Amino acid sequence: MSLSAPEIWALIAVIGLGTYLIRFSFLGLLAGRDIPGWALRLLRYTPVAVIPGLVAPLVVWPAATGGTPDPARMIAAIATLAVGAWTRNLLAGILAGGAALYLSLPVF
Amino acid sequence: MASSRPKTVYLRGVRDGLPFVLVVVPFALVFGVVAVEAGLTLSQTMGFSVLVIAGAAQIAALQLMVENAPLLVIVATALAVNLRMAMYSASLAPHLGAAPIWKRAVVAYLNVDQTYAMSMIRYEAEPGMTISEKLAYFFGLATPVVPLWYAASLVGAVAGARFPDWLALDFAVPITFLALVAPMLKSLAHVAAALTSVVLALTLAGLPFNTGLLVAGFCAMLVGAGVEVMMERRA
Repeated sequence: MSLSAPEIWALIAVIGLGTYLIRFSFLGLLAGRDIPGWALRLLRYTPVAVIPGLVAPLVVWPAATGGTPDPARMIAAIATLAVGAWTRNLLAGILAGGAALYLSLPVF
Repeated sequence: MASSRPKTVYLRGVRDGLPFVLVVVPFALVFGVVAVEAGLTLSQTMGFSVLVIAGAAQIAALQLMVENAPLLVIVATALAVNLRMAMYSASLAPHLGAAPIWKRAVVAYLNVDQTYAMSMIRYEAEPGMTISEKLAYFFGLATPVVPLWYAASLVGAVAGARFPDWLALDFAVPITFLALVAPMLKSLAHVAAALTSVVLALTLAGLPFNTGLLVAGFCAMLVGAGVEVMMERRA
């Protein structure tokens, strides 16, 4: 990372303040106002719209292998997703992904 | 719970918050480890966990920092991940809006996925709760969740630098994120949004200034909402 310490602190402060303002929005600054239906509909999908796009390149082009697709990491990703979706349990997904990764790393 | 006083309600919140420790601790540990690996100092890592308290946004920011994305893109992406909390704020408002402003300010700081989800379940199940009981319950939920978020970040950060390469900890981030997203894929609209996000993020990876993810995320939100509307019309 090529960021300087002041830049890193500025990022932390701005993201912290921005996040706080989002959390405070309708409890404080916009109190008494209703959130429009269309906005509510969009907001419902933010985690599911942003996180998969963030993960996809990390799975397909992992930095640890210099960006070459790696079967062990693919298998781990699929195992996490499958077990996570099936059990609806975060910890089960993490454990399944970790187990799949360590079992398949020595193979490939 | 006609006879319950705020203190009992607070303790009930603590008890209901305890199971979330299993979710919060691994996520915070991963953040601590990857933050130090990425080159953040211990105090910067803790600064993130105390000032932002939002794992997904923290890890997203970190990933973009490692990729040397422009500061503005890092902030925009992290805040995009946290936009859902505006919805949390709006749904808590009818229950807690009558509280004094400073209490609402504290609630806002502690308004994370787990405290929000559990408090809404309880408020809706027990409409007779008074405002002070609702507040006490919310603070009870936050009592195990938030301090353990800090503590596990610290443990991860302190232990982080000592992990050897063969542990492939680089992959802790994708695994944690996938485990977080998998249980959210509960409707066709959610699946459609997730797929759009993946396909666009990969095809737009070459966009300048790492803006591909923002574009992908925005389009995926529209697709999710669009599919939801379509399914409602059909039903």
